[in-house]
This record gives sequence, C-alpha cells and structure tokens, in this order.
Amino acid sequence: MAFVEIENLSVAFGRSMALRGINLSVERGEAVGLVGESGCGKSVTWLAALGLLPASATVRGSVWLDGKDILGAPKARLEPVRGGRIAMIFQDPAASLNPVHRIGRQIGEALTLHRGMTGERAKAEVIRLMDQVGIPDARNRINAYPHELSGGQNQRVMIAMALAGEPELLVADEPTTALDVTIQAQILDLLTTLRRDTGMAMVLISHDLGVVSETCSRIAVMYAGRIVEEAPSGQIFSHPGHPYTRGLLGSLPPLTGPRRRLVAIPGSVPEAARMPSGCAFAPRCDLSTELCAQVDPAPLPLADDHSAACVFAKPYQRNVHPVAGEGAFARERVLQ
Amino acid sequence: MSGGTAELLEARDLARSYMMHRGFLGRTTQVRAVDGVSLSLSRGETLGLVGESGCGKSTTARLVLGIEPPDEGAVTFDGTAMPRSGTSNWAALRRRMQMVYQDPLQALDKRLTIGAQVAEPLDIHRIGTSAERRERVAAVMAEVGLQPHHAARHPQSLSGGQRQRAVIARALVTNPDLLVCDEPISALDVSIQALVLNLLMDLQERSGMGMLFVSHDLRAVRQISHRVAVMYLGRIVEEGEPDAVLQDPAHPYAQALVSAIPHPGKTAARVILQGDPPNPANRPSGCAFHPRCPVATATCRTEVPVLKPRRSDGRRVACHVAHGEAAPARAPTMLETC
Repeated sequence: MAFVEIENLSVAFGRSMALRGINLSVERGEAVGLVGESGCGKSVTWLAALGLLPASATVRGSVWLDGKDILGAPKARLEPVRGGRIAMIFQDPAASLNPVHRIGRQIGEALTLHRGMTGERAKAEVIRLMDQVGIPDARNRINAYPHELSGGQNQRVMIAMALAGEPELLVADEPTTALDVTIQAQILDLLTTLRRDTGMAMVLISHDLGVVSETCSRIAVMYAGRIVEEAPSGQIFSHPGHPYTRGLLGSLPPLTGPRRRLVAIPGSVPEAARMPSGCAFAPRCDLSTELCAQVDPAPLPLADDHSAACVFAKPYQRNVHPVAGEGAFARERVLQ
Repeated sequence: MSGGTAELLEARDLARSYMMHRGFLGRTTQVRAVDGVSLSLSRGETLGLVGESGCGKSTTARLVLGIEPPDEGAVTFDGTAMPRSGTSNWAALRRRMQMVYQDPLQALDKRLTIGAQVAEPLDIHRIGTSAERRERVAAVMAEVGLQPHHAARHPQSLSGGQRQRAVIARALVTNPDLLVCDEPISALDVSIQALVLNLLMDLQERSGMGMLFVSHDLRAVRQISHRVAVMYLGRIVEEGEPDAVLQDPAHPYAQALVSAIPHPGKTAARVILQGDPPNPANRPSGCAFHPRCPVATATCRTEVPVLKPRRSDGRRVACHVAHGEAAPARAPTMLETC
C-alpha cells in the first residue's frame, strides 16, 4: 500500500458537492502534482484528508496513512500527523504567519510541538532550518518580524516551519502563486532540493501546469471535484487523454513557434450546487454526445500509470485494455 | 523609436516619485516609481510591458493615460500634449483612451447592473441619445461575447470571465483609440485567460486600436504583443520584438525572467536569481540590477546604463555588459544553474 492513499473521498457543504469521489495515492518520496482551476477541489482534498475542514462539511471516504485510516480520527491521533508526518504550506505566507511574533519564535514553536525541543537546542535547530531553506544571515534574522521580510523570504519561513516536524509528506498549496516569477523559480528550486535531501514526499497543488510538470513526476488533473486524468508528467503533455487536459494545454500561450489562436475552453466551471448529470465537463466539451450527459465516466486506463475519465479516451499502449471489454457503454462504471 | 508624428502615443522620459512614510516617527523617503521611461505606440499595435511587482509598470500605465501627472517628461497622444488630469480637455480625451483593470470584481460596481455600467462612459461623455446608447451597449456586449440578458445582471451573478468581458465592454463602448490593460488576465483561471487574450486580439484587429498590455506573464505578452519592453525598478532595461527578447534576451534580468518561466517538459538549465526584488525606496547605485546580476562589473556599480540599440542587431538594451562596455565578471555560461 502507498504511504498515503485517499479512497473515494467526498466532501459536501450543504447541498454543494465539493469533492465527488477522489482516489489518489502518494508513494514515499514521490512528488505528485494536483492541477485544476479555482473551485475544482484541489485544496479541499487535503484539508479534508487532514481533518481541517469546518464541522459543517460532510466528509466521506477513507484516507489511509501507512495502512491506518485517519479520516475522522480523534484529535489525539490526528495531532501528531498534522504538521508532524504531513505538513502543509499555503499560498499567502503573510496570512499564515503571526504578524506580532518574531519568525524565530514561530519556527521554534513548531519544534517544541512536534519534536519537544526547547531553549538553546531549539534555537540552534531554528537557525539550521533557516539556513536549510536559504534565509541569509539566519542568526540575526530569527529576530525579524514577518513584515520585515519579503514575500519570498516569508514563504521560506513557512517552509522552515513545515520542515520543523520532519514531515514524510509536504503538501504545498499554491506555494508560489503570490510570488514574482523569479522568486517562484527560487522557491520551486528550494522545494526540489529539500525533497532530494530529506527524501520526503510532496504534493504540489497548483493551477499552473508548467510549475507542476517541472517539479513533479506524476500529475493528477482535477475538474469539478473529480480527478479526470492521472499520468506521469511527460505523458500528460505527450498524450493528454481527457478533453479538459487538452483544453488546459491549449489555453497556455506557447513560448516558441508560430503564434496560433489559443484554444480556449468555452463556458465556465459548473457550480457545485448545480452539477450537470453525467460527465461534469460535458457542457464545455466539444466531443460531448448524448451519452456524456447520461454517463459519469470512470477512470479508464490508457497506458501504464495513465488513466482518464472520458468515454472517448483511447488506450495508446498495446498491452493496456479497458477494464471491461470494448465500447463506451462497457467502460461506464458509475460511482456511488 | 524616432518621434514620428504618426505615433498614437508617445511618452518621453517619464518620471514619477512618491513620498513614503517609513518607520514609527513617520520619516518620509522619496520613492522613484518610474525613472525615465520613454515609449511609443502606433495604431493597431500592442506594446507589452513586463516586469515584477514594484517595477513601476502600473504607474507607467497611469502616467500615459494622464490619470497621474508625471514629475518629469511628457506624454503626447495623437500628436497633442496630454492635458492635465481633471481638466475638461483631458476628460474629453478619456473617451479615446480607456483602461482594463486586473480584478473585474473590484473594477465593477456591485450595486449596478452590467448594462448600466457598460453604458456609463456614454452617459459621462454625453454620447448619443438614450436610444443610441442602448443600441451601442447591446452591440458592444455582443462584440465581447456577452448575452443580451446579462445586461440586467449584477457583477456577482456573473462568472469571472463574463465579468472581465463586461469590464472590456465598458472600456470599448466609446470606441477608444488606445486601450491600456493593467494585468487584465492575472486574476482569471487559465482557460478564461485564453478567452480574454483571444478576445482582445480580435477586438484590436477589428478596431485598429493601440494597446498597452501590462503584465508579469511573458507567455501572455508574447501571444498578444508586437513589441515588448522589460522593466526593472522604474526603468525599461530591454525592448524589442517578443520572439527576439524571449529567445535571445540581451539583459541579464530579461535572461533570468525568461528562464524562470515554468515550462512543460523544460529541462534546460535555469538561471536562479539570488536575492529579492529590491526596494524602490532604496535604489542601488549604478545599474539597479547589479546586486542580483550574475555578470555585474565595477562599472555597473557606479554608472547607470542607458537604454540604446545594441551595435550587433539594434536590440534596445540598458546594460554595460550587453553593450560590451564592460567585461562580464563571469562568463554568462557560468551562471548558477539548476
């Protein structure tokens, strides 16, 4: 079994289904990218998995951590997991840090909580962590307040806090979206280096296929509360199987070659309270037929480690066959 | 960029400073947000202005529209000097120069219907009878791809893409000659960004307006611009054709910016800039980029480089090293890469 395995996770806020059956696994040391547009549920997936959603949310499914289901586990069992075994960083570091406490103290707090360190030992470790995340002059900067640091440096502080618990998995939720491009490059480089040095696994949540493809070996594309395609990074670009993935790629202005008209995806994301029947992407899809309005397609294997939830997706590797024979109807496996 | 009279927009040596309070005792320092920017734009042309936050690109956009007066320099619009903001001459000119903002939800009034907001510039400039105004609003809404029934809706009940279409419709309703777009797509989802870029390009083709496209997104800028200017700390450091600048950037900052673009399947070495973007209130001496520049020399620390054509190919760049006036501290191939 994988290190973390999310199984049929669904989340509802009242009548709005935010997640509609997510299946995702993360192996030890692996970097997985989670891509999708705003509101597709990529952040909710991990907030739900770590029990960080408000009580008003209805959460179903399982989240297996090393073979034990942590979904809905009591606080005492979850505390060592959150920030300890699985750490999370968010988009806006300034909003996550406490503005009236020195950054050294905030990193130290994480050390006390997760590793029981105090006093000089904690201070030495704070300085080591700040060095590790590339904050210059760490010995003096421990006394700085968040407002005295730039956005990029604050994100480094957040990463240092996340590392304080020596996590086995770091979930980075749009860690570079609020940063400038050159600073984004610094932070992505840092995350890759840290992963190589510590062997931790990472889930990188982003709306930017470029960011994810460079940093992660496997990518899951989400749409309207579902994973619609999952594949190794290279294959997502060479053999995109889902029309939504192709739409995302077509929307990205190319950097070289002739300038072509962008292939935009028409319409907009369905509201969670008004999910269309059948395939949620069908109203925006140029391939959609009557069948798509009836059948909510299950993931169909296209190659080793590559699946797409579209009745029109075609296997491109010889030895891979659809789950249950040929024909679109045979592929249907309506969930729930 | 010779000062031909055919240019729609011509800005010369624009400079703009702000006073900023620093610290507890309110000591004020001068921040030079824009420091000697010259640019020109002809009809039917798009100039992309790229740079990171705080580089002065939005201030430049406001200066060329006359929303703010420059401390130094001058703006000429269609052959005449830009009138002072607030004067009736300036107000009359504003119908010919419009602006599209970053966040459509903030740019729109939540209490007014989309139809009323698109019609507003016509009301302000007293253009046409009320029947003509209704007709024009319907036409421009159709042009940007909004349905007639959207006119009665409020901004909150539209999607992000529809809202930005409404902002664009409002800007276009007076048939402007110049459209200034300040980060028009950065608040939108990727698939919606493509729609808005396509729309802006279609509209320009139909109307022949000039566009100043301010963005931090080099991909979008390449897609839409005929020329691109890269800004760093209040100055243009490089200017040229988008493909030339993207494929063979001359300025070390432009090189870093281009190599920082995340790219599917990218394996090429990346220039990782050291340090943070500098504080405009604490502008480094000489070339403002020198503290982060991998090839900076002693000259770069003391002398401000001038934006001028490179001898080899005429690319406009402001860098001592690119012009061969100073030997690079390290060969560019030795840049720190990953």
